[in-house]
Amino acid sequence: MATTMITTLDRSSRAAARGLSDISIRNLFIIPTVLFLIVFNIFPLIYSLGYSFTDFRASTNAPANFVGLQNYRDLLNDPYVWSNFAITAKYVIISVAGQLLVGFGVAMLLNRDIPMKGLLTTLLLLPMMLSMAVVGLFWKLLYDPSFGIINYALGLGTFEWLSDPKMALYAVALTDIWMWSPFVMLLSLAGLSAVPKHLYEAAAIDRAGPFYTFFRITLPLVAPILMIAVIFRTMEAFKTFDLAYILTSQPTAELISIRLYKMAFQEWQTGRSCALAYIVLIMVLAITNIYVKYLNKVKER
Amino acid sequence: MRKLVTSVLAGIGLTLACGTSVYAQEKSLTIFWAEWDPANYLQELGNEYEKETGVKITVETTPWSDFQTKAFTEFNAHGDAYDLVVGDSQWLGAGSTGGHYVDLTDFFNKYKLKEVMAPATVKYYAEYPGNSGKYWAIPLEGDAVGWSYRKDWFEDPKEKEAFKAKYGYDLDVPKDFKALRDIAEFFYRPDQKKYGIAIYTDNSYDAMAMGFENALFSYGGELGDYSTYKVDGIVNSDKAIAALDAYKELYKFTPPGWAKSFFVEDNQAITENLAAMSMNYFAFFPSLINEASNPNAKNTGFFANPPGPNGDQFAALGGQGISIVSYSQKQDEAMKFLEWFIKDETQKKWAALGGYTCSAAVLKSPEFQNATPYNKAFYETMFKVKDFWAVPEYAELLQQLNQRVYPYMIGGEGTAKETLDALAGDWNATFKKYGRVK
Repeated sequence: MATTMITTLDRSSRAAARGLSDISIRNLFIIPTVLFLIVFNIFPLIYSLGYSFTDFRASTNAPANFVGLQNYRDLLNDPYVWSNFAITAKYVIISVAGQLLVGFGVAMLLNRDIPMKGLLTTLLLLPMMLSMAVVGLFWKLLYDPSFGIINYALGLGTFEWLSDPKMALYAVALTDIWMWSPFVMLLSLAGLSAVPKHLYEAAAIDRAGPFYTFFRITLPLVAPILMIAVIFRTMEAFKTFDLAYILTSQPTAELISIRLYKMAFQEWQTGRSCALAYIVLIMVLAITNIYVKYLNKVKER
Repeated sequence: MRKLVTSVLAGIGLTLACGTSVYAQEKSLTIFWAEWDPANYLQELGNEYEKETGVKITVETTPWSDFQTKAFTEFNAHGDAYDLVVGDSQWLGAGSTGGHYVDLTDFFNKYKLKEVMAPATVKYYAEYPGNSGKYWAIPLEGDAVGWSYRKDWFEDPKEKEAFKAKYGYDLDVPKDFKALRDIAEFFYRPDQKKYGIAIYTDNSYDAMAMGFENALFSYGGELGDYSTYKVDGIVNSDKAIAALDAYKELYKFTPPGWAKSFFVEDNQAITENLAAMSMNYFAFFPSLINEASNPNAKNTGFFANPPGPNGDQFAALGGQGISIVSYSQKQDEAMKFLEWFIKDETQKKWAALGGYTCSAAVLKSPEFQNATPYNKAFYETMFKVKDFWAVPEYAELLQQLNQRVYPYMIGGEGTAKETLDALAGDWNATFKKYGRVK
């Protein structure tokens, strides 16, 4: 059965000459990947599920005791964890919305005949090619109240971007928007250039205004690809760690992943942190599922 | 195909063979520590050891921010990458009860280290649990939080006159916490880009806790009873509340953006002409008297943490002891290194290289005390230091302190009493969880 699903091997090829069948070639490619996935992804995933029901601490010799749902109960009753989730939600919304606005806006601007379009696009893509940690360190300098260039350029004096508890999360989100808008821009650009030109010509003949054209033609046709960008960025924003960890230590900007890191690798509460990781996993899965459902709906239209 | 398999196998075999033979031939020890100047001094000391014995010493380092994480990741995996580790004083509980450290009690008693080393260093760097007579480390780097200040700003006659007119007493090295606050306020001049004081505020590890402890201990407060684990009524006592308020008061006079500051920022406050006074570990003072790293080296002075309102004078303890990792394959070799390390002449060399020896005899010697402008303050401080909890769950206690104190210190949320009451509640719950209190 399997042989019918893949293209058969050319009889005169070197692989065939060595006596390798289609199935063995397929296995040669797939089995190592599957094994890798099982050993490094599936196995730890299941193993940590087991740990999440114990009071195991990796830093001691004490045996792990089964505590049932205690870890989950404690975590969901912990006001600090809830505030971490609220902060993360706020961060995801600000950062993804910002990226969508800026990225799509820039894509609209670029989606026309302008000189040096290729070069411009490439330059705009640079931020997302940098490492998160490097971006974090640079923006920390840019935000510095004493010598940072942002305050200097905007004439803000010694405005404290990162040490002001109210501002810190926005400052991190701003950096994330700077870094990842190009990603949304790239996907939008691909979506925009795929919109058939004849639709615009038809709209022009019917004397449709620019707003009408945008909301009735451009947006619906680009929506599926924008949704994909939103899914990716939401998942990534939910997991943000390095950027926020480097930029600020404000409790008002403590994302759930930072809390998880502290719990797992500073406090060594292995059991409890496994439980928290599972709660986060379930949340990300749920959100992604909603998006995917919506994406399918958009595609059907 | 068969050829390929054979050659790969041969390659693996060769690598293994080479690996084991190198292992057998060369005697070497790896010591793990954080990335800072004292680690370089220890490497130099290790080079001396190699000259004498032929055993190669490698000091491996990692930045402070992930020192704890990296060390415990290795311990938890029972890895033998490090033979010895210069661990933070708070790790003793986790290191000893977790089985990561080799019991050094016999070694300690054999060489009477309890008398050789300064008492506070034995108590905080080596013994766990407190007063048990069980030792897990040899005090290596003594350290405590002290202060540096700008002598030129303090000695300016105009400043002196203005200060006396405003506060009614002479501008000098602060004699108590009130003077510390007044001087910080006096020099706080944002329009001139001059600020009063630099303190620790970083909440990612123990920085803010150490800074707060400096105020707490000098105000006569305590974090709790280290033998009964009672915290309620101690960490939230009136003295502790006054101390937290005093520490928060100092935050008003810090340079802008001082919400995530630790040793790097606090030394910068002096080198970049930002602050009149700066809190820091003694271990970071050598770079302040070095003209290459501090343009104000000639004008930088040092003082010990001042007393509080009741005359109590203490300081927060830093510093580390050296322990043998129980997963090391070369424990005997490591033991020999420690035997060499505790010798008087080695300790003298260690001090001369820039290490802060814990040897009582060397500390008391005039040549040590006169060697640098801050050694005398260091000697005085080392006999009145106190430390954070050293229980295995100290990281949770630290996190809870950061979680409660930081929003009050930096964000101005709630009151000192509410903050410390809540902290006492958190700590009590944690001690309950680990069965230390009922």
